Amino acid sequence: MPNLRDIKRKIEAVKKIGQITKAMNMVAAAKLRGAQDRVEKFRPYATKFKEVIHELVGSGAVNTSQFELMRERPEVKKVEIILITADRGLCGAFNANLINTCERFIREQRAKGRDVSLICVGKKGAQYYRKFDIVRESYEEIMSRVEMFNARAVAREAMRAFIDGEVDETYLIYGYFVNVVRQVPKTEKLLPISVEKEEGVEETEKKISGSYIYEPEPEELFEQILPLYVNTRVFAGMLETAVSEQAARMTAMDNANRACGDMVQSLTLLFNKTRQASITKELMDIVGGAEALRKG
Amino acid sequence: MARILLEIVTPDRLVVSEEVDLVTAPGVAGEFGVLANHAPMVAAIKIGELRYRVGDRVEYLAVSGGFCEVSNNKITFLCEAAERAEEIDVERALRAKERAERRIQEALAKAEKIDLARAQAALQRALVRLRVAEHVRRPAAR
Repeated sequence: MPNLRDIKRKIEAVKKIGQITKAMNMVAAAKLRGAQDRVEKFRPYATKFKEVIHELVGSGAVNTSQFELMRERPEVKKVEIILITADRGLCGAFNANLINTCERFIREQRAKGRDVSLICVGKKGAQYYRKFDIVRESYEEIMSRVEMFNARAVAREAMRAFIDGEVDETYLIYGYFVNVVRQVPKTEKLLPISVEKEEGVEETEKKISGSYIYEPEPEELFEQILPLYVNTRVFAGMLETAVSEQAARMTAMDNANRACGDMVQSLTLLFNKTRQASITKELMDIVGGAEALRKG
Repeated sequence: MARILLEIVTPDRLVVSEEVDLVTAPGVAGEFGVLANHAPMVAAIKIGELRYRVGDRVEYLAVSGGFCEVSNNKITFLCEAAERAEEIDVERALRAKERAERRIQEALAKAEKIDLARAQAALQRALVRLRVAEHVRRPAAR
């Protein structure tokens, strides 16, 4: 029979954990709002960037194959993955999902006979891959506040490796934010840059633009803009992951809090049953004792 | 006088959104000015001072690399960083300047090309910030 005092202590402990998860839930909710706000503010920048790049490529002003950053390699032997995860845990399966996606991707690439190297952004990915010898660079403790200069450092290293011929393709894996209850890992090709032709975008673009004056010449201009575009892509991936992390933590903590409530309930039930049992037992002892006295 | 809508956007925020008379920007191929009803244009921007005039008021900003697009009487700057003169932290810029100068010395000593280029860019950013910040303390007469 469980000890009454032990059960009571356990109930108190679970209640305290409940307080912590509740607080963490609220903190995550507040941070989620902040992160979403930053995504909103970043959107006009990203949209405009895409528009201009599409305009330049779509209008035929530049020949994409002449740019190192856009040139497809005839044979892909080495692939690099930029894996963006959170710095912190306690956010459900969020980091595990990202790492699983990365693992699967690595297997696929190796099946094709390609070498894989890794750039880890965020501590959790770096921690997981520490035991494997494929991490080339890692950037940790930069996810609590996503900053452009951090994204730039990551992008710069990725572009350097690509241009120096150390890698032939670079991919980005990050946590894509669908909505507050759904975040999915997403894999995107970062280098070489491919500008997919979205019909809708170009149609509207043509109407307003006509022909642009380019200063300097389109090629030189493009050369300037492309690295900035890569920065933007990495920055966007980091922002998305940061938002997803907070959303995932909010959900995880909400679940934990609910589990605490359930546990307190069942423990209280056990406590009451035990108490009842011990009272009954005592009563029986007393009755038994009285009976014995009367007989004697 | 006809005006042109100026927007300066960074990844963090919309820094400026205002109808202006004249914008002068540090283009890669040299400084250029844009007035209302300018022809559609895309231009690359380097680290430098950007200023715009509305009536008698002149505003100064420090911008780092990016580009601008002119279309439909609207000019949009996309820069990785842009700060208004009054927002600039002079202390920080001074520290950045010293740090960059030190790095340049180190890079020269070791003949590190990439580090040198990076340090030089950092120095330039710091110098531009300092120059732009001057306008707040000692407003230029247009």
